[in-house]
Amino acid sequence: MSRVLIRGGRVLDPSVDHDGVADVLIDGGLIAAVGRDLPATDCEIVEASGHWVAPGFVDVHTHLREPGQEYKEDLASGGRAAVAGGFTSLACMANTRPVNDDPSVTKYILDRAAKDSPARIHPIAAATRGLKGEVMTEMVALREAGAIGFSDDGEVIMDAAVMRHVLEYSTLVGVPVIVHAEDCGLRCDGVMNEGIVSTRLGLPGNPVEAEEIHIARDIRLARMTGARLHIAHVSAGGSVELIRRAKEEGLQVTAEVTPHHLTLTDEANSGFDTSTKMAPPLRTARDVALVRRALAEGVIDCVATDHAPHAVYEKDVEFTAAPCGVTGLETAFAVVMDLVRCGEISPLELMRRMSTSPVRIFAIPGGTLVVRSPADVVIVDPAGEWVYEPGDGFSKSRNSPWAGHTLTGRVMATFVGGRLVYQARRGVVVQ
Amino acid sequence: MIGQDLLGIEKLDREQIELILETAERMQEIGTRDVKKVPTLRGRTIVNLFFESSTRTQTSFEIAGKRLAADVVNFSTGASSLSKAESLLDTAKTLDAMDPDVVIVRHRVAGVPQRIADELKAPVINAGDGAHEHPTQALLDMLTVRQEKGRIEGLTVAIIGDIAHSRVARSNIYGFTKLGAEVRVAGPPTLLPVGIESLGVKAFTSLREVLDGADVVMALRIQLERLAGALFPSVREYSAVFGLDRAKLRFARPDAIVMHPGPVNRGVELSNELTDHRPSVILDQVRNGVALRMALLYLIAGRPSALHRE
Repeated sequence: MSRVLIRGGRVLDPSVDHDGVADVLIDGGLIAAVGRDLPATDCEIVEASGHWVAPGFVDVHTHLREPGQEYKEDLASGGRAAVAGGFTSLACMANTRPVNDDPSVTKYILDRAAKDSPARIHPIAAATRGLKGEVMTEMVALREAGAIGFSDDGEVIMDAAVMRHVLEYSTLVGVPVIVHAEDCGLRCDGVMNEGIVSTRLGLPGNPVEAEEIHIARDIRLARMTGARLHIAHVSAGGSVELIRRAKEEGLQVTAEVTPHHLTLTDEANSGFDTSTKMAPPLRTARDVALVRRALAEGVIDCVATDHAPHAVYEKDVEFTAAPCGVTGLETAFAVVMDLVRCGEISPLELMRRMSTSPVRIFAIPGGTLVVRSPADVVIVDPAGEWVYEPGDGFSKSRNSPWAGHTLTGRVMATFVGGRLVYQARRGVVVQ
Repeated sequence: MIGQDLLGIEKLDREQIELILETAERMQEIGTRDVKKVPTLRGRTIVNLFFESSTRTQTSFEIAGKRLAADVVNFSTGASSLSKAESLLDTAKTLDAMDPDVVIVRHRVAGVPQRIADELKAPVINAGDGAHEHPTQALLDMLTVRQEKGRIEGLTVAIIGDIAHSRVARSNIYGFTKLGAEVRVAGPPTLLPVGIESLGVKAFTSLREVLDGADVVMALRIQLERLAGALFPSVREYSAVFGLDRAKLRFARPDAIVMHPGPVNRGVELSNELTDHRPSVILDQVRNGVALRMALLYLIAGRPSALHRE
């Protein structure tokens, strides 16, 4: 199947601000043509009438757990979950076992991913050795091995001097440093947002200030060093203003938000369900409204899932003892479609936040349907209803706050490099 | 209430609370008999599943169950035996397979009784979970106040101390406000949780103000080892500012009663003298705890209406 004609869909290509019905012709792994009434000769035809055709989604924040914790996820299962969710490229965080703080680990991930994963995988390397926040990693060697950014995500670089030097040194390689912004002292033993709900539930709270203070610090350090700073999973409304001002000032600061922080509040913690425990925690309705508006306005650049698989038995414990994180690859599109349905963002802009924007931040392939670019394409049914049952999905883990929910917005097909890797009626299609 | 869980006061309505209190008042007589046993729950199995040790609460439930002729089994498991090999819900499922009729759960983490109740067929009674709820303590406190004052509606209840970490405070706030009392809380600002007013109480940091016009004064236990130095400077300063003695009690109404969920840190929350003498009613609280728990076990595990249905 080297030639495929995707016919009659609403083509949304943010890279050229295109929004209109068209055919898309894929040939030899590349986009060959985009236009009305393309001739259907010598090609397989995929009817996309009523569906959207867009650049494959790009998720710059996932935890794929390989090497070391393959019982939670591996590059094969994570890659399959990705393409089932319409993602054609993923960046995977460095908190594996061993930590991706050495070029040998980066290369291992890339080699394994090339064999096992239907989605493209881009490793993010640790910013400090062992994620300890002390000694910076060999960024030049890691970059040469294929790392697209540096982050201690999952851990926090609490020493501002270390963060300063990481940022300074990163300018030598010119890729973003991604910060998990959380002041650990202020977070203390908090397991959910500190507020009325935590007071009611009697669970230790983690105040929004723990995030805001850390973001304020790192923006100052970005200004001081001229480095590129990408702020992971913004959850607090107050963080938005800090990011907006940094951008107005012309700093190289970008940010992402997760589907869960866009749609769920701390009220979701009320049942003590550990599938609602993540870091940063779910915040209040006011915070949700502010991060939604920030995404729509582009103050927050992109959607990233923070896909964090954990085994059922690891989550079936006390709320305070459960590991943080939820899965997200398979549900992300349907969940963020809520913003389109509420009229807060246009389909074209949502597609931009899901593909073109993250691709530009990290300088990776994808995010476009222009002719001669790699044919990473997703076809979605914006009105398609489906029930998400994690056990029927492709991730090895089930820790989703949307388990059993009926979701609207369905991925119909995913192409990576022109190859059909997922189709709704057949599942993941990998030769 | 047959077959229902009792996880917190938040979810109860006024009628349910009053039914429990009235049933408890009828149970009190049994404790005064020579033979302190009735056959009401003969053949039922009650399991005390205590992940956090509490000799007082566990004993109170055990005596309550035995006075109703139930078989009471203590399944105590300290923090050490909560090993990684067996998850919390595994423990619950294992227990469920032994077909208990009621499971009483105590845990140091909020929400555990609810998670266990979600897994178990048997009804679950929360015997205290973290800083969340301690419904039986609040019910026995309400019972005690009703006996002392003849009513709860219209009273002013002042709760003093570590509100942030107290399940007793939360359950009592829900209970007393549902029954029409005005509830106030007071403590150092570091021990007042964010948004406590959203639970329908007034918050104070002055003992004098919180006590002004109070009919009921409830002091909470302070976890000295964990909090001193972190959330207040020292035990000495805490007891000087928030500890109760006869002199400070004069700010309250002349007929105010003093309560404490126990065990008291003598000389910290309450003066030694006030701990042992009226107007403190601490031992009445303990005594009422047995009757209250008998009432709950009867209402939840008794089966007269179930038999009628068959």
